[in-house]
Amino acid sequence: MNIEVRQPARAQKTRYGIVDCDIHPKLLLEEYRRHLSNQWWSHLQTYGLRPRHGFAKTYPMPKITPQAARRDAWPPNGGLPGSDLDFMREQLLDLYDMDYGIMNPLSPTGQGDQNPEFSAAMAFAANEAQLERWTRRESRLKSSVVVPYENPEASVVEIRRRAGSKEFAQVFMLSRTAEAHGRRRYWPIYQAAVEAGLPVGIHVFGYSGWALTNSGWPSFYIEEMTEHATGQAAVVASMIFEGLFEQFRELKVVLIESGFGWLPALGWRLDKHWARMRDEVPHVKRPPSEYIREHFWVSTQPMEEAEEPEHVMDAMRWIGFDRILFASDYPHWDFDDPVLALPPSLTEEQRRAIYAGNAKKLYGLA
Amino acid sequence: MARHVVAPVEDIPPGGRKLVEVNGRAIVVFNLDGEFFALNNRCPHRGGSLCHGVTTSVVESSEPGEYRISRPGEIIRCPWHSWEFDIRTGKSWCDPGRLKARQYRVSVELGTALIEGPYVAETFPVSVEDRYVVVDA
Repeated sequence: MNIEVRQPARAQKTRYGIVDCDIHPKLLLEEYRRHLSNQWWSHLQTYGLRPRHGFAKTYPMPKITPQAARRDAWPPNGGLPGSDLDFMREQLLDLYDMDYGIMNPLSPTGQGDQNPEFSAAMAFAANEAQLERWTRRESRLKSSVVVPYENPEASVVEIRRRAGSKEFAQVFMLSRTAEAHGRRRYWPIYQAAVEAGLPVGIHVFGYSGWALTNSGWPSFYIEEMTEHATGQAAVVASMIFEGLFEQFRELKVVLIESGFGWLPALGWRLDKHWARMRDEVPHVKRPPSEYIREHFWVSTQPMEEAEEPEHVMDAMRWIGFDRILFASDYPHWDFDDPVLALPPSLTEEQRRAIYAGNAKKLYGLA
Repeated sequence: MARHVVAPVEDIPPGGRKLVEVNGRAIVVFNLDGEFFALNNRCPHRGGSLCHGVTTSVVESSEPGEYRISRPGEIIRCPWHSWEFDIRTGKSWCDPGRLKARQYRVSVELGTALIEGPYVAETFPVSVEDRYVVVDA
């Protein structure tokens, strides 16, 4: 038997302002009703969501906890973790005295849905729902432009609709797509993002229809969690070698929830191969690591936990302390506490940059 | 270090737990079949509130497909990253040498003893007939 005990959490203010770059508000299908046409609402009721992963009705990998959430993140007044703004204020925004939070809504948003028109309608509804129930009630929260990325034309429409709004911080994609992220079918999305002056955030997960590894489906959730690093490595390589950054020199990409320890090794490897095989990709003009340092940002969570803390510092140094953004992943089970997550040996200046300075600059937050 | 009366025994039935505050420290008191144990509520990994975790068992396996479950209810799993701690010792199950939730001594005392003893006064009245959980912290 477990006795439910609640005590009001004490404020755990850091001495620094914080911008949390990965907060997951739970959007509810009921609140999409008013933003979907009768046709699409009826479609949703009748057929439901249809992600690109076959006939399964659930996640391919069962999560470690219900809703993959912190056990203490279920709102006391009921509802799913991340669904209650007041409780999010209490457990996150107020507790850590945050300046801003970037919201990255996950399912149900219709991203990657098999039906491209339905996916577009759902993305619109998800964006309206973010405004209606979150950013318009809490000015510290910023929305992400959910795009139906397998339908690039509709994605462009959605980005243009939100362009210029201070309530949206970035264009939002997932890491698992039908084709690699650098492929031309997605270029209209990147072009629209650049025109709107918005970074593109690529958050791990999504179901692409492809197995999670190149030898098929792994057996365990623990393998899915580690795949995020190799998955994002493929995203980075594809974007560079397809020549994306020669085409879109202003494009800014944020890799969300994939950690960062793997990025230096990827940079070394890409540079090494590019030095010998650049004639295969003549449109790639510069060493890949230069594109990485100019076009990519990483979020901290899940924070690397090396036996030697200095190794984490080395990886951060390679990436650049100006490219690293604090993220908590609230309300998910692998939440990083801002007070405890960062390596103790960061200087004051580095700490300020990672907690808030880099994000404020990237997202144009005052 | 002082002895703190934190709850009447009835407040923490077998299998239950209670979060108490002693000298500004959050401490979670567990009742395992009548035996009481107290741990610092702050997870030594990354600070989750242990009191909000679920209790679980020891699961051991000698090979795939075979497993043994023992000591039901004696392991607390942190609500954040699922680190597991032995309620009896505070030691992390998977890395006992490195991570340990701080443990405090607990005893059960009769109200008659408490009225006289060198105990720190608490916010609830202590009556002579009842038994109380006392934490050294």
